[in-house]
Amino acid sequence: MRVNLQYFAQLREQAGIGDEVVDTSAATPRELYAELRARHGFSLSADSLKVAVNERFGDWQQALVDGDTVVFVPPVAGG
Amino acid sequence: MTHFQLTAAPVDLAAQRAALRDPRSGGFCAFEGWVRDENEGRAVSGLEYEAYAPLAISEGERILDEAMQRYGVTAASAVHRVGDLKVGDLAVWIGVSAPHRDEAFRACRYIIDEIKQRLPIWKKEHYLDGDTAWVACTHIGHAHAGHSHAHEPAAR
Repeated sequence: MRVNLQYFAQLREQAGIGDEVVDTSAATPRELYAELRARHGFSLSADSLKVAVNERFGDWQQALVDGDTVVFVPPVAGG
Repeated sequence: MTHFQLTAAPVDLAAQRAALRDPRSGGFCAFEGWVRDENEGRAVSGLEYEAYAPLAISEGERILDEAMQRYGVTAASAVHRVGDLKVGDLAVWIGVSAPHRDEAFRACRYIIDEIKQRLPIWKKEHYLDGDTAWVACTHIGHAHAGHSHAHEPAAR
């Protein structure tokens, strides 16, 4: 399965890229984040993030589908 | 009428305000957030905002819709800057017009609180000593649903 990733803030800096396409066997965002955290050395644990799938806030346990765009959302600071 | 915008350019305040004029409205309330010269005791020289635009805009529109329904206001809009800002720059503008002042004040407060909690927008502060840090307002939640609120530096 291929999924599209976009990175922001700390995750973008730590990955060194703003986006990538990955081949993964991760079934859920939780599994995907664990895989990416190991690869990129992300300092933030999943507990401090939210997840968005296809431009909507999603669930850590939802089933990922080929072609999904996933964004892990670090703690926000608008305003 | 609701309208949420992200912009990399300075905000045209007169145009924002004019868009909220309505014969049904007898009160108008605006909030402006500005870049302050210190945070948590550190001297700030400027900052940068980064946004996940599609989700920030859809969630921003949702917040404005909620404020309209919750307080029965006539019109509400908000605009948030992205990119590099310096001390004194306007970072966020919120305006509400309503039949009476009370709902205009309350809706304005609701919108800024929810923006801070919910929008996928990130702030990197630049300090006078040359250091930088991503700042976290809070984890995403709902300010008006009893969610606790704290300002802490984000883990880097």
